[in-house]
Amino acid sequence: MVPALFVGFSALLLVSALLVVLHRNPVTSALFLVVAFCALAGIYILMHAEFIGMVQIIVYAGAIMVLFLFVIMYLNLGADPERGAAIVMRRLVGWLAGAIVVAQAVLLLAGRWAIGPAGPPLDPSVGNTQALGVLLYSKFLFPFEITSLVLLVAMVGAIVISKGRGGKPNSSPDPSPEATFMGAGDARVSPMLRPGDSITPAASIAPAGEESP
Amino acid sequence: MSVWDRLSAWFLGLPLVHPAAVWLKAHPDPAFVILTLLKIVFILFVFLTVVSYLVWAERKICGRMQGRFGPNRVGIFGLLQPLADVVKLLFKEESMPGSVNKVIFSIAPGLAIVPALVSFSVVPVGPGLAVTDVNVGLLVFLAMSSIGVYAVVLGGWASNNKYALIGGLRSAAQMISYELAMGISTIGVILLVGSLSMVEIVKAQAGWIHVFGLPLPGWFVFTQPVAFLIFMITAFAETNRTPFDLPEAESELVAGFHTEYSSMKFGLFFLGEYSNIITICAIAVTLFLGGWTWPWHWLPESLQFIWFFVKLAVLVFVFIWARWTLPRFRYDQLMDLGWKVLLPVSLGWVVLTAVVVYMRMPR
Amino acid sequence: MIPQDWALLVSALLFTIGVVGVLVRRNAIVIFMSVELMLNAGNLAFVSFARALNSLDGQVIVFFVMAVAAAEVAVGLAIIVNLFRLRDSVFVDEINLLKG
Repeated sequence: MVPALFVGFSALLLVSALLVVLHRNPVTSALFLVVAFCALAGIYILMHAEFIGMVQIIVYAGAIMVLFLFVIMYLNLGADPERGAAIVMRRLVGWLAGAIVVAQAVLLLAGRWAIGPAGPPLDPSVGNTQALGVLLYSKFLFPFEITSLVLLVAMVGAIVISKGRGGKPNSSPDPSPEATFMGAGDARVSPMLRPGDSITPAASIAPAGEESP
Repeated sequence: MSVWDRLSAWFLGLPLVHPAAVWLKAHPDPAFVILTLLKIVFILFVFLTVVSYLVWAERKICGRMQGRFGPNRVGIFGLLQPLADVVKLLFKEESMPGSVNKVIFSIAPGLAIVPALVSFSVVPVGPGLAVTDVNVGLLVFLAMSSIGVYAVVLGGWASNNKYALIGGLRSAAQMISYELAMGISTIGVILLVGSLSMVEIVKAQAGWIHVFGLPLPGWFVFTQPVAFLIFMITAFAETNRTPFDLPEAESELVAGFHTEYSSMKFGLFFLGEYSNIITICAIAVTLFLGGWTWPWHWLPESLQFIWFFVKLAVLVFVFIWARWTLPRFRYDQLMDLGWKVLLPVSLGWVVLTAVVVYMRMPR
Repeated sequence: MIPQDWALLVSALLFTIGVVGVLVRRNAIVIFMSVELMLNAGNLAFVSFARALNSLDGQVIVFFVMAVAAAEVAVGLAIIVNLFRLRDSVFVDEINLLKG
């Protein structure tokens, strides 16, 4: 049953990956990528990497792809307009490069190759998660600690980049993009009308670039 | 020996001569698949019955809290009300706004209920009474709760309605923020048990413990009170319930992400919300309230699932209670609570638990 | 037991799809998703080798790749959002400010 499931998950993985690349609507692309990641998690579980499979769903499908969707929705992207000679050229080059990569892979796999000496069979009484944890905190302790540093740097970097530089004249009028969509005290979503206010939007609400009357 | 094992032993031991039965006995793989499907159907039946009566209970309790009777016309005590509700939902006109993305609009309600059902499959209701006991059971729950965001986000986005979109995006931000604290609050339990399997977690809570000389049941709620509190608070946020029901705040967003939904599609969202409540309470019972265990041996093993449902009922009542008593948080308060209070506290609690576990480790 | 060749072939095909996606599409976000596909192709190869070699080192590497991918996505999407604010477009061929 395991090979059959493997073939099924692989087919799902490859088809949805192709649709990620081929579909013109970025939201649909992102959703097919979620399907692809879940299929990949299934393959990991078939390969007795249960922890990695579950982390695949938690990290990729649950966090990374939600971030992608969030950004696509925030930027309100529609289907990509793709026409003109440049697109045809780009497609030609892309598929040619893809064909070359596949040909290389097939050549490599068809040739004579063997993997190195396999270690002794793993102790089945120790769970996958436990074994990975022990390994992470012994052999790979230093990379593990460095990973936390990488994540910290990325977090700080993402905040700095998306916040923009304060005081720069070109920066966008609303300081945090989230506040716009969440609607908490944001003028663009729910302009507050006090008694005595006119219905005409105030100059501060108008987007930057438009001159106020 | 669990009920399932007995059932399959009974089945495999039957002197069946029908070709299908003979074939199944000779092929363990398809037999396994069929047996699992039967288990799933059984659990699904129980689960959906419980969910529909949860809706009835909520209306009844809400009525009592507001000095009303609640539904009492359909059947005795209104017990047939869930049935009437479903019939009503099925016969309602199904409308779809003109400019929506039809496929995504249609799959979003299904996505609301599937993760809840999948994560319920790892919950052991009684001794051996789980669909499956995988060695990453808790991670299955966390994975499914992170998948649950999609229903709300996609439903909100595909509706092509500003209220729905705001509701969906609010919910995405809220669920991602609270998922972290939820995941971290379970780490203390994992540290104490040393396993991610839900059955192991329940078994570790059997018997008595002594906290400062006081005899208490071995449930982790007594050794991990802070983690339990954080888990319950985040559970409210994960299920979009009051006081964290910002995604569907009716006074600001009409109905939030399901504004444009009608008929059975709305019904599925509704079902999904209550399924999520049941699942998350079942997980809380398993992690912190000892699952099916009870400190005294009052019931034989095959009836111990009753304790599970008693504890589940208590937690579910807390959910309903909170909904009809607490006001809604403001959005910035919600984010502050999640990131500035719950996350640091749960991290600190993990460190504390780790230190205690290390000190008590036999050397 | 899954044959080693199959897993490697799937991994190679997945990587190819990622390469094609990066070359064919103009939308920076979809290109980014294709990069994720390539990373996952690498992960699949790592896990299959870990399985074949009876070693968990490959799975640990996959764990690290996931952590780095999460970091990369956070920064990358922040850059794309900034780019969109600046140019009102996420198409890579319209973002040519560095051209001489």
